Amino acid sequence: MTVRSLQPAVTRVRRFSWTQAAIYAVLTLGAFVAVFPFFHMVATSLKTYGSVITGAFWPWFPFGDEALQWQNYPEAITTIGWDKEWNIYLFSRYAINSIVVSLAIVAGVMITSAFAAYAFAQMEIPGKNFLFLLLLATIMIPSDLTIVPKAVMMYQFPNPFGTGSWYNTYLALIIPFLASVFGIFLLRQFFMQIPRDLFDAAFIDGCGHLRYLMTIVLPLSKPALVSVALINFIWAWDSFKWPLLVTRDPQMRVLAIGLQQFLVQEGGTKVQLMMAFSSMVVVPVIIFYFFTQKYFTEGITTTGIKG
Amino acid sequence: MTSQATAVAQQRPFLTSRRLRKLREAGLGYLFLLPAFVILAIFEFWPVFYGAYISTCNWTVRGCARQLGLANYARALSDPEMWHSLLVTASYSIISVPLQLGISLLLAYLLFQQIRGKSLYRVLFFMPYITATVASASVWAFLYSPDRGLINEVAKMLGLPQLRWLGEPRGIFTMIGEAMGVTVPAWLAGPSLALLSIILYTTWVFVGYDTVIFLAGLGNIPHELYEAAKIDGANGWQLFRWITIPLLSPTTFFLLLYTVIGTFKAFNHIYVMTMGGPGDATTTASILIFQQMYQYNRYGYSAALSFILFSVILVITIVQNRFAGRAVVYA
Repeated sequence: MTVRSLQPAVTRVRRFSWTQAAIYAVLTLGAFVAVFPFFHMVATSLKTYGSVITGAFWPWFPFGDEALQWQNYPEAITTIGWDKEWNIYLFSRYAINSIVVSLAIVAGVMITSAFAAYAFAQMEIPGKNFLFLLLLATIMIPSDLTIVPKAVMMYQFPNPFGTGSWYNTYLALIIPFLASVFGIFLLRQFFMQIPRDLFDAAFIDGCGHLRYLMTIVLPLSKPALVSVALINFIWAWDSFKWPLLVTRDPQMRVLAIGLQQFLVQEGGTKVQLMMAFSSMVVVPVIIFYFFTQKYFTEGITTTGIKG
Repeated sequence: MTSQATAVAQQRPFLTSRRLRKLREAGLGYLFLLPAFVILAIFEFWPVFYGAYISTCNWTVRGCARQLGLANYARALSDPEMWHSLLVTASYSIISVPLQLGISLLLAYLLFQQIRGKSLYRVLFFMPYITATVASASVWAFLYSPDRGLINEVAKMLGLPQLRWLGEPRGIFTMIGEAMGVTVPAWLAGPSLALLSIILYTTWVFVGYDTVIFLAGLGNIPHELYEAAKIDGANGWQLFRWITIPLLSPTTFFLLLYTVIGTFKAFNHIYVMTMGGPGDATTTASILIFQQMYQYNRYGYSAALSFILFSVILVITIVQNRFAGRAVVYA
């Protein structure tokens, strides 16, 4: 004990040490590698085609005389095309699709997860443990195993809002993802910390489970709810394989698909526009992430899983 | 029925009201669980059985045109493409998992020291993980571009050979051999440079995630152990080897399982960067399943392929649990 209490005052004095310098060097190199591709993306999106193909890395003042090519952004949007159905740019259509789909999934996941997590954490239900094991089992089912039958089902389910099936509709993009095992897990962990006695007290005052969940549990769990919402939003925003499989029309594409199609069609010749398109997809998310990053890391380290 | 219930109620009124309360709670509980379980049942559980059925069919738009029994499986097992895709998947996994875990353990351990700006570093490391895969994969495809990509520009400046990266189907050992004037036999060709380029991208994406998890694991190791060992005269390496590594093993084990499964699922970035090419150099099992379904509409066959891939993952997970699980120290 005495040794410990004596030590800090002596050792915490900061002096230059090679070990410290090496640690900072490695960490900074790592951070540079992590961030550099984003920087390169934005830089390329502001160049002329000429300096892209000559490989000039930094054409601007004070190293060169080229102006920033902001017009690459509107040019990228017009190059992607025009949606005759809604009379807007296809880019806007992609963005609307991505936002609608992601927000709908997040809203659905929040509702289904909050109810299920509450039932698992705070209610006495026969067979609860079995059901929870069943839930655990779904994590073990790899998405590749179910993707073929799921895609087939999208052709078979009738569309209640029109003719045809779920294929090439929002239904296919949204409904299969309205429950998240990750969300249930994370919220359950959080809800379990609320002592059951609190509910018993509320119950005596005539408060039922539903009202207790809405007025006490959810407000207490705001950080966990934010984590679930953000992480699910990022996953939904990132989804590519499924929308590629179950949509056909350009009007139903999400940003990720639009980006990949653009890469296939124009990526070879219009790199600066390609990078402008990528920046428009990535930069808003990165800015958003900087303000909310605490919730991401907390959510991920609490459960350690990806949906 | 009713008379019995009232009789019981008269006998022990208190208990019955409690039982009623329990019954109502159970009913409400099931109601709460229902939405999530309905979605999971339809879109996670049922497809497993439905997929098994589809895999025994010659599946067309109109459904199961003809029952084939296990013919799709027989065809898959005798298909060299299938075996090649498993080999590519295995190479991808075997190279990328240790690379990812090694780098992220190093970064996490360094971050865990007394460092200023710890959270800033963590935020930056984590950035590739949260960005849309398609976007960052496109950026990397551009970095790798043979004629105007940054990597080859830097190589040119340094006087290094310029490579085709994602477009290079030749094995890495073949290329090294050629550079040194040695002919390397075909069986020693090694993984293709295209695959290695993809692995580098994968590492870039996931190191931040793994680092965050490792950091959480490091935070769980009781600090007193380090103090005690220091008093006993242990040096930095000994602390790392005999305290950090064993006590971090549950985290490492979790990440190992998770990363291996992740490499088997890898799809988006491979599809964006190479679409499985050049040739079949980067056609992983996941890409093959998708191609068979999306391009050739062979639903039955791709369902059979996915069951084969799943059994491989299952076997690997069990083996990992057996062997790696044994090395885990639970403090």
